[in-house]
Amino acid sequence: MSALADVGIVFGRVAFAMLFVVNVAAILGWVERKQSAIMQDRIGANRASIFGFRVLGLFHPIADAIKMLTKEDFMPARADRFLFQLAPFVSVFFGLVAFASIPFGDTLRVAGREIPLQAVTLNVGVLYVFAMLSLGVYGVMMAGWSSANNYALLGGQRAAALMISAEIAIGASIMGVVMWYGSLDLMDIVRGQGALLFGWIPKWGIVTQPLAFVIFVTAGIAATKRIPFDMPEGESEIIGYFIEYSGMKFGMFLMSDLVETTVIAGLTTSLFLGGWQVPYLVAEGFLFPWGAALPLPHLLVVLLQVGAFIVKVSAMIFFLMLVRWTLPRFRYDQAMRLGWLGLFPLSILNIVLTGLVLLLWGGRA
Amino acid sequence: MTAYVAFFVLAALAVGSALGLVLRRNPIHGALFLVANLGSVAALYLTLGAEFLAAAQVIVYAGAIMVLFVFAIMVLIPGKEETGPDPRRPVRVLAAPLGVLLFLLLAFVVARGTGAPAGAAAPGPTTIGALGRLLFARYLFPFELTSVLLLAAMIGVLLLARKKAS
Repeated sequence: MSALADVGIVFGRVAFAMLFVVNVAAILGWVERKQSAIMQDRIGANRASIFGFRVLGLFHPIADAIKMLTKEDFMPARADRFLFQLAPFVSVFFGLVAFASIPFGDTLRVAGREIPLQAVTLNVGVLYVFAMLSLGVYGVMMAGWSSANNYALLGGQRAAALMISAEIAIGASIMGVVMWYGSLDLMDIVRGQGALLFGWIPKWGIVTQPLAFVIFVTAGIAATKRIPFDMPEGESEIIGYFIEYSGMKFGMFLMSDLVETTVIAGLTTSLFLGGWQVPYLVAEGFLFPWGAALPLPHLLVVLLQVGAFIVKVSAMIFFLMLVRWTLPRFRYDQAMRLGWLGLFPLSILNIVLTGLVLLLWGGRA
Repeated sequence: MTAYVAFFVLAALAVGSALGLVLRRNPIHGALFLVANLGSVAALYLTLGAEFLAAAQVIVYAGAIMVLFVFAIMVLIPGKEETGPDPRRPVRVLAAPLGVLLFLLLAFVVARGTGAPAGAAAPGPTTIGALGRLLFARYLFPFELTSVLLLAAMIGVLLLARKKAS
């Protein structure tokens, strides 16, 4: 019975992380349309209906899925058959598994068990997410190469160059956060952000590492290959690495971009926005800096924390999409210059500054 | 029991992908097999509790170096038609004896080294703090030497690139 419960708990942890990413990514297609419609003073997609019910166009993701699943699955005659089939799976797979070590709540204590609310507990969680994100580029490169199409090949090469320059900046900007909180475990980093600065400011990463936050979010948008960094695919021209793809395989490439957006938002939340932390909420309940206290039961505290995580991730995704509809596309050389000459030196500077601050005031010599 | 199953599955993946790397004519396929090989070796590290080593292996080799390899192959050899006969076919004669020699050496090392090597830390999950202390205190000289090597390679590349431009 106990072993069964253990298996069930592990299953539940993994299922929450996976279903969260898949469902958020599925609904993002709708969010994106509606958000752009509101920003551009349009109504947006609202035609799909079931028995006359439209529900703000929420049926459009379902209609899209049915359309893509029933479309012809075309393959170019000279394509590398195996790699062409494999590429979309590789692309979406690494995005989906990257979420595994992002914590969505504190340790839950039920019936004498301690359940960390995180699909996988790794003491190198940050590096794991980073590693999975950096492997996602293989799907894009495989797609570009195996299509036997020069435009696709060029798109794949642009994607590879862009992802490398973005990931260097992501990795180097994460380092400042890791130095500050002294751990590579995402759960420890989030716990560290629960402390208070000057007794009233929550020590979130955005407060302690503002420069790293800007670098990370910029490079994160580049890593998702979306506007303003959409030169791998050229969204308005659709001449990119997936030019030869159709049907659900094309849909999987679209989905992997949205999954990566979710992962970047989840990682930004965990590293810079306090993860599942609610300001002034400790394990026993609220404890305000002016002395007031509001004790809460353990289960409610955990629920509030999971809710805070979901709200923060949603807000971050909303912001990332806001950027997508606000900025025009960078030219290829501008994006490269931004990555290598802007973000990368800045993140090195951030590491040096963080080291100096820790040495002078942190007492961690 | 599960550890044995995991080991044999991962070992089979590692050997299979290594064979794929050697046997495939297509350079892109070979490079992707090497990525699979590096990934399965990283998973083997993971089963030994070396989480940091596994992550570093994936980030540095699979995520950075091999991406550049695949990128270079994609730029230089875009089509399958470029894969002709090996221009250095005669050198292949050396491959078999050298391979046998390497195998014997490895077999010798494995046969001798039963148990943990002398002076190594106790087996178990290594913390990154301990690893960092070892790198920056006990093994500082080799560590810095490696960085000089990397710097030399970087300057060399800059020099080569500049010559071509002028």
